[in-house]
Amino acid sequence: MSESRSVSPLSGEPISRKRFIDWLLGTTIGGLIIAVLYPVASYLVPPPAGESSVNSVTLDVKLADLKPNSGQIFKFGNEPGLLIRTPGGDVRAFSAVCTHLGCIVQYDPAHQGIWCPCHNGRYSLQGANISGPPPKPLTPYAVNVRGGEIVVSKA
Amino acid sequence: MTAPPVGRGERLWAWVDARLGLSAITPLIRKKRVPVHRHSIWYFLGGMVLFLFILQVCTGVLMLFYYRPSANEAFDSVQFMMTQVKFGWLIRSIHVWGANLMIFVLFIHLFSVWILKAYRAPREFTWFSGLGLLGLTLGLGFTGYLLPWNTLSYFATRVGTSMATVIPGIGPFVGRVLRSGNDVTGATLTRFYALHTSVLPGLVFLFLALHVLLVQQHGMSIPPGVERKSKGKVRSVPFVPNFLLHDLIGWLIALATIAALAVFIPAELGKKADMFASAPAGIKPEWYFMAPYQTLKYLPATLLGIPGDAFGVIVGGVLGVVFLLIPFLDKPRPDGTHRPVWRTVAFATLAYLIVFTYLGLRS
Repeated sequence: MSESRSVSPLSGEPISRKRFIDWLLGTTIGGLIIAVLYPVASYLVPPPAGESSVNSVTLDVKLADLKPNSGQIFKFGNEPGLLIRTPGGDVRAFSAVCTHLGCIVQYDPAHQGIWCPCHNGRYSLQGANISGPPPKPLTPYAVNVRGGEIVVSKA
Repeated sequence: MTAPPVGRGERLWAWVDARLGLSAITPLIRKKRVPVHRHSIWYFLGGMVLFLFILQVCTGVLMLFYYRPSANEAFDSVQFMMTQVKFGWLIRSIHVWGANLMIFVLFIHLFSVWILKAYRAPREFTWFSGLGLLGLTLGLGFTGYLLPWNTLSYFATRVGTSMATVIPGIGPFVGRVLRSGNDVTGATLTRFYALHTSVLPGLVFLFLALHVLLVQQHGMSIPPGVERKSKGKVRSVPFVPNFLLHDLIGWLIALATIAALAVFIPAELGKKADMFASAPAGIKPEWYFMAPYQTLKYLPATLLGIPGDAFGVIVGGVLGVVFLLIPFLDKPRPDGTHRPVWRTVAFATLAYLIVFTYLGLRS
């Protein structure tokens, strides 16, 4: 049986009906797959979370309650922060998220520094990464003490 | 022509067979034979993993009756199951111990296949589907670990998902999709619950079907050394009933071991995860992630100009691809023998895993 032929509008070459139907079916099936996969893939990607609008927080803890050579975690919006009081009495605050793999760090009074127990990363009292795997210093926050109240804000 | 069925049992079988065509399977069952030689013991491991997986599905389904997948309720619902529900502690302990034993047996299965070169042509796809099952099983271990929502599981997930974010280029996107946001939160728990209870088990069933089908099609692989010595004449026994009965003994031993472990060392629950508390000292992942965990500890902050953790993840990824391609890399010599290099690599990998797991457990 001879196949009826027409001419491709793009290349000017003749195309058979069979090839045209193959192309149509292939494109339709391809289109159907994309029409199903695209919404599913998009659905699985979470919508972008808005940047934390918190720029400053007033902590529950009073300066008098924070002993030298100690530290504690506080909420900075959705993020954990670390407030420390150095052995010399200075008050400092950092993001408590380890720059290595995101564990929450803690103050280590024995070593007088900041420690991440997940992979034994260590930071100085200034938040600088000094040993272990952390690649960057902790993000510092500004600390202001107003009448015994501690206010932490983005540096 | 066969004689008409006489007994009640035979008549019932004939009735069922006429409707379901079960007798068509009989030749397939008869065809399956298992070679008998000095390495035959390793043939039991695949069936053992399958048995343990079925046990995980059964205990997992039972836990679904009480578990509530939200950050506020997950821990309390598991605690309720462990303390108030009759035998709840037993079901969960069997699930936890069964998971550990399944991954342990799966690793032995993998190394026995690797060392005995069972991936040789035409079994390349059996190897691929097996590695797919290994990946899915580790995924099940990782996602299931978060579900009790305790301190350990919370930090293990923070670290594990952070490892995905260090992949160059697509890392942050992959991390966000895995966590359902920028951080490990209740949204991550819901996502892991969906993965652990439906997506990953579904994929396991698909890969398992392919794996078992290929084992059936190609038969059991005979190690090259045994094949050479026997000159192609290896004794074999029928799978049904000889080998299957031995399999059953193994499964009963596994069940008894898990039951004993569950009774004498029940699964712990720990403390409820607190997203605003420091990681506790001495925190460690499960033993099957211990070797990479310990390796990450030794990597410096930067290596060859890139962050140490990114370096570790890239090297791990490249090694994973090499591992997948072993059936093509380990080509036989013209005389049919194999170079010893891949067996040496297998033993070296095994030594690395054992030493680093030990160092991690001890640290």
